[in-house]
Amino acid sequence: MKQYETVIGLEVHVELATKTKIFCSCSTAFGGSPNTHTCPVCTGMPGSLPVLNKQVVEYAMAVGLATNCTITQNCKFDRKNYFYPDNPQNYQISQLYFPICRDGGIEIDVNGTKKTIRIHEIHMEEDAGKLMHDEWEDCSLVDFNRSGVPLIEIVSEPDMRSSDEVITYLEKLRLIIQYLGASDCKLQEGSMRADVNLSVNEVGASEFGTRTEMKNLNSFKAIARAIQGERARQIELIEDGKTVTQETRRWDDNKEYSYAMRSKEDAQDYRYFPEPDLVPIVISDEWMAKVKTEQPELRDEKRYRYKTEYDIPEYDADIITSSKKMADIFEATVAICKQPKKVSNWLMVETMRLIKEKEIEPEDISFSPQNLAKLIQLVEAGTINGGVAKEVFEQIFTNNIDPEKYVKEKGLNQVNDEGALRATIEQIISENPQSVEDYKNGKDKAIGFLVGQTMKAMKGKANPGMVNQLLKELL
Amino acid sequence: MANIITDETIEYVGILAKLDLSAQEKEQAKKDMANMLDYIDTLSALDTEGVEPMSHVFPVNNVFREDVVTNGDDRENIILNAPKVKDGSFMVPKTVQ
Amino acid sequence: MTVNLMSLTAVELGKKIKAKEVTVVEATKAALAQIKANDKELNCFVTVNEEAALIRAEEVQKRIDDGTLTGPLAGVPVAIKDNMCTKGILTTCSSKILGNFKPIYTAEAVINLENAGAVIIGKTNMDEFAMGSTTETSIFGATKNPWNTAHVPGGSSGGSAAAVAAEECSCALGSDTGGSIRQPSSFCGVTGMKPTYGTISRYGLIAYGSSLDQIGPIAKDVTDCATILEIIASYDTKDSTSVKREEYDFTSALVDDVKGLKIGIPRDYLTKGLDPEVKTSILNAAKALEAKGAIVEEFDLSLVQYAIPAYYIIASAEASSNLARFDGVKFGFRAKDFDGLHSMYKKTRSQGFGAEVKRRIMLGSFVLSSGYYDAYYIKALKTKALIKKAFDKAFEKYDVILGPTAPTTAPKLGESLSDPIKMYLGDIYTISVNLAGLPGISVPCGNDSKGLPIGLQLIGDCFQEKNIIKAAYAFEQTKKYDRCNIAKSRD
Repeated sequence: MKQYETVIGLEVHVELATKTKIFCSCSTAFGGSPNTHTCPVCTGMPGSLPVLNKQVVEYAMAVGLATNCTITQNCKFDRKNYFYPDNPQNYQISQLYFPICRDGGIEIDVNGTKKTIRIHEIHMEEDAGKLMHDEWEDCSLVDFNRSGVPLIEIVSEPDMRSSDEVITYLEKLRLIIQYLGASDCKLQEGSMRADVNLSVNEVGASEFGTRTEMKNLNSFKAIARAIQGERARQIELIEDGKTVTQETRRWDDNKEYSYAMRSKEDAQDYRYFPEPDLVPIVISDEWMAKVKTEQPELRDEKRYRYKTEYDIPEYDADIITSSKKMADIFEATVAICKQPKKVSNWLMVETMRLIKEKEIEPEDISFSPQNLAKLIQLVEAGTINGGVAKEVFEQIFTNNIDPEKYVKEKGLNQVNDEGALRATIEQIISENPQSVEDYKNGKDKAIGFLVGQTMKAMKGKANPGMVNQLLKELL
Repeated sequence: MANIITDETIEYVGILAKLDLSAQEKEQAKKDMANMLDYIDTLSALDTEGVEPMSHVFPVNNVFREDVVTNGDDRENIILNAPKVKDGSFMVPKTVQ
Repeated sequence: MTVNLMSLTAVELGKKIKAKEVTVVEATKAALAQIKANDKELNCFVTVNEEAALIRAEEVQKRIDDGTLTGPLAGVPVAIKDNMCTKGILTTCSSKILGNFKPIYTAEAVINLENAGAVIIGKTNMDEFAMGSTTETSIFGATKNPWNTAHVPGGSSGGSAAAVAAEECSCALGSDTGGSIRQPSSFCGVTGMKPTYGTISRYGLIAYGSSLDQIGPIAKDVTDCATILEIIASYDTKDSTSVKREEYDFTSALVDDVKGLKIGIPRDYLTKGLDPEVKTSILNAAKALEAKGAIVEEFDLSLVQYAIPAYYIIASAEASSNLARFDGVKFGFRAKDFDGLHSMYKKTRSQGFGAEVKRRIMLGSFVLSSGYYDAYYIKALKTKALIKKAFDKAFEKYDVILGPTAPTTAPKLGESLSDPIKMYLGDIYTISVNLAGLPGISVPCGNDSKGLPIGLQLIGDCFQEKNIIKAAYAFEQTKKYDRCNIAKSRD
């Protein structure tokens, strides 16, 4: 049985988080009725001209520096010429000959094995508009709101050998970019898109096989499935004595197969030439140094700092820093309440639980550090008990309510009054003679039931410690 | 050295440029292109060894714009000249996939 | 009123308006009357803006009266070449593919003119998408040369140049990529100028060869051109290639003093292809300048023969890309019968573009295509670098380079399009000026034995418009402006 090696390279497109488009001052805000964020420039009107958004250059530089690239201090834009309705000028302004960043790398750790995935280049370019298909009139509709949104394209070398390496690379790349604030990198929303270039060859072969390019991969799971699928397809072709055609394939995740996006109307000859309407970019050493110093603390540094400064276990620090949003909330909440372990616990347990339950991303967390800090303080002060706190937290998570107000409104204060507790407990004891009997006969667990009943009777608001203590006393 | 432009070349250029030529136009295009390329080939007599290609004639660099939204909703004007419009979008024949 | 208002220069008319000897409405009406009388035959205009112009004339008059408009061209009727966007007014580039296009904004240079109080009376005819040297490739038919209607006016700004010569407007704007202002000015006996690349905003100029295009004035004399230039030149943040000039006071160079001015005449210009009458005329012009104290000598410019092939590669390449946006999707003409998306593209463009445009788009696509890019496009860019270097070297020695604008006077209608290469060769003196981004001006310096005008071209170093304005002005003082018969007949 022949052994095959899978060779994978990635082209990742990232929508930058600038307020305006790359070549005009239209808003990049998501949504919006069709063509309401457009102007003569991003719709290719005759006589219109592009003017470069400086923030795009700075984000691109920041990403390049954070991924160990060399910055091309004299870089230019080029035109990529092809006809398609989502491309208003029928050319895309991109960079081929002098991309802004080159020769970088990201170190990944897959199951304990460290490896560097090299980055061939990073370049700036403009996004195309959106096409929607109108079934009724058998036509397509073009919306140019997205046309001109700034992108950076990160091209890796074909250094990956498995879907684990691919996913790890993508996760690390995404984190770096999120930490820089350059993009929110949401695969589902399209602010991060990955195209997979894949080939197979026999282990030990001196050359790579013919590669194909796969598009339309909208989640990490889809990427993993597409890699498996394409590897299998190519191996089957080779074993059948056929050749792999270099082509672009579209992955259909529902059907778990890909098909070739071939068209004889598409010559794939982009006739790149330097963009005459834009002048070259000269990046001085000073400018590079400024961008470098403005680089915020990245994930690895944060993780280390949480362990050393806050004494948070490695595992927890790992989870919390796996999302910039979570890390930000952690730090901001700790700054208010000064209880890193407690904050960590709320994030690790309840927050993660709710994220999974609601099937959202950590980046979508929308509650404020102030409210979490208040909640922690309420528990510390004994105002509410642990069980109630969990309920309140769910409200904080979903609606970002102010816990102090909420507790007051709903009357959720913990009952610490011994007299009231005693009265209830006595009632519970009289209502549950069997459990009392069980407990007296040595079944310690029975007290748990009685505690539970007491809590229920007190609508969860009793101080559990006191309940426990009083029960033991009365029994 | 005379350039000979084949039918394949004209077809290929037609795909690149999205131009459809009639049989007669194609013949004329082949002749025209061949003549133009012969003429352009005279450039090869010029020694350009070691010369940097000059795309921009003046050493102007770093023309930028600040990241501030100044454009609003101008849809009415943007679609004013469109041959076919539906629901504020430009209508085109169905694109593949 | 006894004076034919249209016989005045733009500045002269502006003065009369300011002095309240003439109203803006009178001036506008005079231009419109001239158009009515002549334009059916000459075909200078694609669109005449009669109603709007008269309304605007009233507005301008009010603002002159209340003191807001005080500039030299306030109230003067101006024509705009039809490749500059004018909001709400048909802008066609003399092409079917934009036959119904009304821009939603106005070109920056035109806004500058309007802010100065000029009255736009219409859009002028041109070679389709500025590709041509005779204005014969226009979908609206050729413009005729007012000096002899059997001849072409030149191109691609033929409509503007002929309109000025026929006095259908006081002055006009044209655009110049390889000579398209200077050559028709030369053929029509008027003055036309292309400033240094980047001087005038290209925002709103429908692009042909982006690295070469510049807007410029066409008028009866150097004073008019310098005045217009001062008004339309501006630093525009909407155009990344716009250059912020240190000075915009071009009219300060209107001085009749060329003492010590060093003028070089390229020997390579005075070769076999140059018509002997044209040669004589421009050498006489050089002598006239010498008599005024300029130091004139011949020199070797070199590389002259390589400019045209380099130009056509670069211009066609850029044009093939710039014109890709004309696809029937967002504006303009869309073909009626097609079968699917790519069929729509092909039919729209094949039906919408004329033969010369298609020819250049194909050539441009070819020279950029895989396998040919280095041999053609990169080679052309290297040639361009060498041509610029040759001019830099020349301008170390000389202040102004003098030569003919074109190797001949205006050819007859219908004789040029059948031999494109021969037609391209006519651009030999103007083209390298665009490649190097330099300023150039064409002034009338005589007529040939057929009575057709000859143009003298003066080329300056980049950003040295004042040198050529000065030299042109000084030369102009030795030769009175010659009006064509069509113009005179309306007196």
